[in-house]
Amino acid sequence: MTSEVVIKTDKLTKRFGDFIATNEITFEVYAGEIFGFLGANGAGKTTAMKMLCGLSTPSSGDATIAGFDIYRQTEQIKQNIGYMSQKFSLYEDLTVTENIRFFGGIYGLSDKQLKEKSSELIETLGMKNEAKKLVASLPLGWKQKLAFSVAVLHEPKIVFLDEPTGGVDPVTRRQFWDLIYSAADRGITIFVTTHYMDEAEYCNRISMMVDGVIKALDTPANLKQQYAAASMDEVFVELARGAKRNE
Amino acid sequence: MIQEKTFSSPLFTFIRKEFYHVFRDQKTLLMLFGLPIVQIVLFGFAVTNEIKNSKIVICDYARDEASQQIIRKIEASSNFNVEKMLISHRQIEESFKEGNIKLAIIFPANFNNDLLHLNKAQVQIIADASDPNTANTLTSYATSIIMDYQQEMIKNSSVPFRIVPEMRMLYNPELKGATNFVPGVMALVLLLVCVLMTAVSIVKEKETGTMEILLVSPVSPFLVIISKAIPYLFLSLINLTVILVLSVTLLEMPINGSLGLLVAESTLLIVCALSLGLLISNNTKSQQSAMLISMMGMLVPTMLFTGFMFPIENMPVPLQIITNIFPSKWYYIIVKSVMIKGLGFSAIWKETLILFGMTCFLLLVSLKTFKIRLA
Repeated sequence: MTSEVVIKTDKLTKRFGDFIATNEITFEVYAGEIFGFLGANGAGKTTAMKMLCGLSTPSSGDATIAGFDIYRQTEQIKQNIGYMSQKFSLYEDLTVTENIRFFGGIYGLSDKQLKEKSSELIETLGMKNEAKKLVASLPLGWKQKLAFSVAVLHEPKIVFLDEPTGGVDPVTRRQFWDLIYSAADRGITIFVTTHYMDEAEYCNRISMMVDGVIKALDTPANLKQQYAAASMDEVFVELARGAKRNE
Repeated sequence: MIQEKTFSSPLFTFIRKEFYHVFRDQKTLLMLFGLPIVQIVLFGFAVTNEIKNSKIVICDYARDEASQQIIRKIEASSNFNVEKMLISHRQIEESFKEGNIKLAIIFPANFNNDLLHLNKAQVQIIADASDPNTANTLTSYATSIIMDYQQEMIKNSSVPFRIVPEMRMLYNPELKGATNFVPGVMALVLLLVCVLMTAVSIVKEKETGTMEILLVSPVSPFLVIISKAIPYLFLSLINLTVILVLSVTLLEMPINGSLGLLVAESTLLIVCALSLGLLISNNTKSQQSAMLISMMGMLVPTMLFTGFMFPIENMPVPLQIITNIFPSKWYYIIVKSVMIKGLGFSAIWKETLILFGMTCFLLLVSLKTFKIRLA
C-alpha cells in the first residue's frame, strides 16, 4: 500500500428529485488498498459506486478516479477500472472461455494476450474441465470467482465490487477473498461493498454510510476501539441504529 | 495480418457474442425461423380470403341451353357448391334464412332467347350481405363465371352479342388470397422479429446486469447497439429469403419486379424495425414488458392498419389518417408494387422516402434516449 491517492471525492452528491441518495461524501482511497464501503440497505452505497464508475452523473461535487476527472475524462476512467455488479453478470449462455475472451476483447486485449490470459486464468481458478462448459451450469461460487477474475483481466488500477459475495457459502467466500488479496498484491485497488461484517474485517480501511452520509472511516481495528466494540458487527449496529432510511 | 487485427476488434467480438446468444437459445431460434413459415402457411392457406365451397342455390326459370351451360360452369367451380336447384324464387328467402346459403343466382325465363334475339339477357345474383366482404367476393366470382361464358359465346358465334364491359380483376385475375397476404406477412414477420428480438436482447442484458458491465467498459455504447443490430439484420435477411422462396414455391406467387429492389426496401424496413426495437428496449425494464409492447405495438397495428386484412379505403377517415404512422403500411404498398405489379423505383420513391424518414427519426430518437440512460 502506498500513499498515492487513486480515488478522491469532494462533497459528491446525487439527488433524485427531493431525495438525496448520496449527500456530500468526501473520502480518499489509496493505491493497492482494500477499501470496504459499508452501509445498510438504502444507505446510498450503490449510488455512490455508480457515480464513481461513470454509470451515473453526480448532481454536485467532484471526484477523480485514477487521476481522471469524473465529469470530463470518463473514457480514460473506463480504461482504468474494472467493475463487478451486484447481480451476477457474465453471460450464462456462453462458455467460460468465451466469456473470458469476450470481456477481454472489449477491453482491447489482443488475440495473443487473450489466449495467454484465458489459459492462465482457467489454470488459476482450477476450471480446466469446465472451460468449455456454459457458465449457467457452474455453481454460484465459481461463477462469482470467474466474474471477479474477468473484472480484473485487463489489470485495471481500481476494481469496484458491488456486494460480490451475496448468497455464497463461507468457504467459497474465503476463496473469493484470496482472489481479492492476490489482486491487491498485484497493486490493484479494491473498492468493495459488502453486507458481511466478517468481510469488513478483511479490509484495510472501511467507511460506514448511513442515510447517504459517511458516518465513520478508519481501519477496522481503530473503529472497534473507537466504538468500544468487540466486532465489526457491533460497530455496524451502533452506527446504523440512527438510520431513518431502510428499504 | 490486417485481417487478424480486424477480427479481434471489439465489434467482431461483440457480433460473435450476439450470434452465440441467438444460436444457443432454441426458443428464439424456433421463433425466428418458425414464425415466418407458420405465418406464410397460415395466411397462405388457412386464413385466406379466397372463399371455397360456398353453398349457393340456383333458380333457373329458363332451363335452356345458355342457363344450363352457365350452371355447369358454376358447379365446376371450386368456389361454389350448388346446394339446391330451386323451382320458385319464393324459396330463395327461405334458403337464406336457413343460414348456410351465401348466394343465389336466378335465371329469368327466356334467358337464351333474350340473349340470342335481343342480344342482351339478365341474370340476378343475390348475396347474403351480412358479411359484406364475403358477399362482395362471391358476387365477383359468379360474375366472372358468367362473363367467361359470354366471352365463349361471342367467340363461337357470328351473332353480335352486346358487349358487356369486361370485368377483369386487375393484378389478381383469379382473386387469389395470397397476393394480398404475402406482402402483409412479410411486413408482419420482419417487423415482429426485428423489433421483438432487438428489444428483448437488449432488455435481457439490462435484466441480467451485463449491460452495466458493458457500459463501464471502454466500449462505446454505439458499438453495443450496432453489434446488437447486425446479427438480427443478417437473420432477417435470411428470413426474408425463406418467405420469398415459400411464397414462390408454395403459394405460386410471382416476383414481377426487381428482386434487388425488393431486398433493398426490405432492408430499409428491417433497419426501421431494429430502431424501433431499440427504442422499446430503452423504455422498458423487463423482458416480459418488452415482449408485450413489441407484440401489442407491432402485431395488432400491423394486422389492422397495414391494409392487408382490412382495406384502408373502407376505414373511417380518422383511422385512415392513423394508418399513415405505421411503417408497415408503406412497406406493404412498396412490396405490392414491386412484387405483384412489377413496378420500378420511380413508382414507389414517395413511399420509400416516407419509410426512410421514419427510420431516420426512430434511429435518432432511440440513439438519443440510449445516451440519456447512460448519464
